[in-house]
Amino acid sequence: MEDLSLHVLDIVENSVKAGARLVCVSMEEDKRQDRLILIVEDDGSGMDPDTLSRVTDPFFTTRTTRKVGLGLPFLKAAAAGSGGDMTIESTPGVGTRVEAVFGYHHIDRPPIGRMDETMATLVACHPDTDFLYRHRVGSEAYDLDTRAMRQMLGAVPLDTPAVVDWVRTEVAEGLLDIGAGSL
Amino acid sequence: MKTFKELEEIRNKVLDEVSQRKDRTGTRVVVGMATCGIAAGARPVLLSFVQEVKDRDLKDVIVSQTGCIGMCSLEPIVEVYKPGEEKVTYVKMTAEKAKEVIEEHILGGQPIVRYTVGAYEYEK
Repeated sequence: MEDLSLHVLDIVENSVKAGARLVCVSMEEDKRQDRLILIVEDDGSGMDPDTLSRVTDPFFTTRTTRKVGLGLPFLKAAAAGSGGDMTIESTPGVGTRVEAVFGYHHIDRPPIGRMDETMATLVACHPDTDFLYRHRVGSEAYDLDTRAMRQMLGAVPLDTPAVVDWVRTEVAEGLLDIGAGSL
Repeated sequence: MKTFKELEEIRNKVLDEVSQRKDRTGTRVVVGMATCGIAAGARPVLLSFVQEVKDRDLKDVIVSQTGCIGMCSLEPIVEVYKPGEEKVTYVKMTAEKAKEVIEEHILGGQPIVRYTVGAYEYEK
């Protein structure tokens, strides 16, 4: 994956497949402590300890179309490659939390990439799932919450092209305001 | 959220249109969005289709996603289902090719054979 926004798009897919109703994506740029923390937390079906112990093995997947699953192994490698690490906690019936920590200024830390495009894609592909995206840069924060959008939109589905387009512009402007992804 | 108010205008506009809409013949555009597709560039392809549908105001075209189709080396893969016609599978797609598919296939009715999986296999 070229950047973190593509990892997010990929990892969130696991949450959706696990039947999550709400997926929280948090990205925190903590330059002072030289860390970038990415958290994806869902209320999906969760995993038992046996499954959990195997998800970072590339030769484990729940899919039947092929024999490898590279999403979490890729993310783990990217985190480790910038002096960080990835951890997963999961409880069957409650949900899963993936946390990846990167060295913010590390030369091999992937760029953040286009979170506007990732959020627009998630909304377009999973209009019935709710997403809360929170991006922090120091003390500044930006939130996108599809639950509030849903309330405003009423009978209009979230995958309406005009709404998807709105998400992209909204997130791009919101992130620009807080100076996100300047590095 | 910064521009939340704009959603209200979108809602009102869309609801107006929905009430006028009668038939949904429905062309479906399905983009492969598993790890392989995403890594190969499926995101700009999907967003390009959504953008075209919005800009051209295509009311009966639905853009959605699927997982891994099983031909990871040919990603990004897009399947087009037009009612009453056979499925057309496009491989190694780009945002630019997506616009051509909208123009020539979905609107013009002529599948772009050179972008299909069949053409790719023939080339080999």
